[in-house]
Amino acid sequence: MLAHGWGRYPSIDAKSFTFNSEADLRARLKSISSGSAIARGLGRSYGDSSLSENLLSTSRLNRFISFDDTTGDLVCESGVSLSEILDVFVPRGWFLPVTPGTRFVTVGGAIASDVHGKNHHNAGSFSNHVKWIDLILADGSVARCSKSERPELFMATCAGYGLTGVILRAAVRLQTIETAYIRERTIRTKNLDEALVAFDEQAGWTYSVGWIDCLAGGKHLGRSVLMLGEHATRRDIGESKDPFRLRPNRELSVPFELPGFFLNTMTVRAFNSVYYGKASSGERIVRYEPFFYPLDGVHNWSRIYGKRGFVQYQLVLPKESGKEGLKKILERTASKGLGSFLAVLKLFGKEDAPYLSFAKEGYTLALDFPITSSLFKELDEMDSVVSNYGGRIYPTKDSRMKGEMFYAGYPQIDKFKEVRAAVDPNRRFESLQSRRLGI
Amino acid sequence: MNRSVLILGASSDIARAIARKFGSEGWSLLLAGRDVELLSRDAADFRLRYKVDVEAFGFDAVAFESHARFWDSLPGKPEGVICVFGYLGGQKVSERNWDEAKKAIDTNFTGAVSILNIAANDFEERKSGFIIGISSVAGDRGRMSNYIYGSAKAGFTAYLSGLRARLSKSEVKVMTVKPGFVATRMTEGMSTPALLTATPQQVAADVMRAYKRGKPVVYTRWFWKYIMLIIVHIPERVFRKLKL
Ligand SMILES: Cc1cc2nc3c(=O)[nH]c(=O)nc-3n(C[C@H](O)[C@H](O)[C@H](O)COP(=O)(O)OP(=O)(O)OC[C@H]3O[C@@H](n4cnc5c(N)ncnc54)[C@H](O)[C@@H]3O)c2cc1C
Ligand SMILES: NC(=O)c1ccc[n+]([C@@H]2O[C@H](COP(=O)([O-])OP(=O)(O)OC[C@H]3O[C@@H](n4cnc5c(N)ncnc54)[C@H](OP(=O)(O)O)[C@@H]3O)[C@@H](O)[C@H]2O)c1
Repeated sequence: MLAHGWGRYPSIDAKSFTFNSEADLRARLKSISSGSAIARGLGRSYGDSSLSENLLSTSRLNRFISFDDTTGDLVCESGVSLSEILDVFVPRGWFLPVTPGTRFVTVGGAIASDVHGKNHHNAGSFSNHVKWIDLILADGSVARCSKSERPELFMATCAGYGLTGVILRAAVRLQTIETAYIRERTIRTKNLDEALVAFDEQAGWTYSVGWIDCLAGGKHLGRSVLMLGEHATRRDIGESKDPFRLRPNRELSVPFELPGFFLNTMTVRAFNSVYYGKASSGERIVRYEPFFYPLDGVHNWSRIYGKRGFVQYQLVLPKESGKEGLKKILERTASKGLGSFLAVLKLFGKEDAPYLSFAKEGYTLALDFPITSSLFKELDEMDSVVSNYGGRIYPTKDSRMKGEMFYAGYPQIDKFKEVRAAVDPNRRFESLQSRRLGI
Repeated sequence: MNRSVLILGASSDIARAIARKFGSEGWSLLLAGRDVELLSRDAADFRLRYKVDVEAFGFDAVAFESHARFWDSLPGKPEGVICVFGYLGGQKVSERNWDEAKKAIDTNFTGAVSILNIAANDFEERKSGFIIGISSVAGDRGRMSNYIYGSAKAGFTAYLSGLRARLSKSEVKVMTVKPGFVATRMTEGMSTPALLTATPQQVAADVMRAYKRGKPVVYTRWFWKYIMLIIVHIPERVFRKLKL
């Protein structure tokens, strides 16, 4: 079976295994005759984080185990998706502590990439809300780890990209909500300086994210729309509305790959200006889905980039040097016509504890680039800009960075490798990415 | 009153999807299968998700002599039964090895007849209930690649058809489900054509829809009805030469 990530590049002819219990997985691991193996959730990582010769798919390991409605502690198997958690728990007044920009990721994937959301500046990343993890190690044994129990294994497994073992179950603490709605505020900013000032001024909002028109250059460089949000209270939505009943959302899908020329600069320009034009300043009450998951309304949108696929380039720059670095990156993107379709900007809070967590205090920018013959060269140059400013790249989005770039950005890699060497000395768990980066 | 449904072979991927569908509509679930420990985990999951009553029971389709006892031991009789268990086996192996062939026949046909006879008699007497049997398009025409399994499913399809006629007088509905390719543990590692392969969730949705409409026979996905229409009409001379 040909497997690929969300960016449809690279792909590998892999064997996929499913399992619905610990014993089942153990047997599967034994039956693998050649090549490495790596855990795979819903395949929403963009590049090669969940690709290997053998894929250990958690698609059937997807049960809820228990829920404590006094603390919000949910125990579930690792293949449960965030979408299922929302479906079941939002109507009961609970919400995810942290959510990425799509609901179609698994709990295992959220932990293994230590994903962040629009509330990173006050909640940290996903693992910050994980009480414990049970994972199966290369030798077939099951280990429980948490901040206090085998803490090194915990710090290596969160943002561990499946390299320490396969997460079987975890306990995640949900947060309470009064309604399923979000009070959203939109702010337009004329350029990057304004946008960054706005992020700081609006740091009191629980959720914040910026969409950048990355083709605007010159004095409009960094022209953007800032979206801020709070979980709406009952008072916010008005007493007459049912706080948790939402109408089901219709889903559209992109049924086949569109040809690459669809994405020429003109189209991108048009898309950006439409998006920009639509956003009006002011406050309104919206359902939680369009606020958190604007792209989930269109299934398989990644196909819009055609057969060659695309790369999402997500970087973080430390706050002090960030402004200058962001300008350089945006200038490059605009001037080279790299066809970035979406650019997302966010201010991160404190760095997370897991060894390879991506987020750290500063600005993160995510850009989508359709793959062309010259793209990787451009991105290597972009890497040196990021590196010079003390930044790093997010592995879960990556399919092309070089080992040196990764090592330079992640100073705790040695601690990670120590743990991994102890639990998987023969490297049964490897991804195309871990091999490429030389981890 | 809370409606309840018994699912036989509840650990299967299709069964789990069907259980979710019924659970999400408020049905109480009785899960039966060989691995009770596993089913108890599903039971906990369904309870949490749907806030319905769920219980797990041990059941082996080929332990025919235990079926009456199994049925009698159920706490309250369910409104309906969904028979999902099945065994594909290896065609090549079953051509040479009688145990393998017998296992396919016993699981897909004999075991199903054994337990559904008991349920049918009960429902007939009670004059209410429904029986849903998961057969297969493989039973519509024996093909060289899986005719041992296919013939057992053909037997099951014929059984359900006769049962439907008999029970129609007693207000008991019998529905035959004929899935085409479905991505489950049964077909894992086989290269089924992506466009023709359904997910268990799609199958479960089709089953629920057809159940509500009171359909006697349903193909899932719907296009299999037309594919099979063609396949059963291919002249023998030509059929022999096709590598189907
Ligand atoms: C539209 C879109 C928006 C996104 N927005 C964000 C965002 O805002 N913030 C953010 O942080 N990320 C974001 N992402 C990335 C996504 O959240 C991560 O890539 C996530 O890890 C994907 O989870 P998955 O279940 O699809 O896992 P996969 O993509 O299948 O795997 C991802 C990694 O997790 C490992 N893994 C998966 N399951 C297990 C397990 N059970 N045990 C051990 N390791 C496991 C894999 O080996 C792999 O290394 C976005 C992705 C998309 C497509
Ligand atoms: N997948 C397809 O393409 C396809 C197509 C057409 C029809 N079907 C039919 O759909 C049904 C469900 O299959 P599936 O695709 O979901 O595959 P599956 O997950 O492999 O399900 C097979 C189920 O049958 C159970 N079973 C086998 N022998 C049994 C026995 N002696 N006693 C009790 N249970 C027994 C298995 O239980 P254990 O967990 O204990 O092994 C398992 O739950 C089957 O009847 C199959 O023939 C499938």
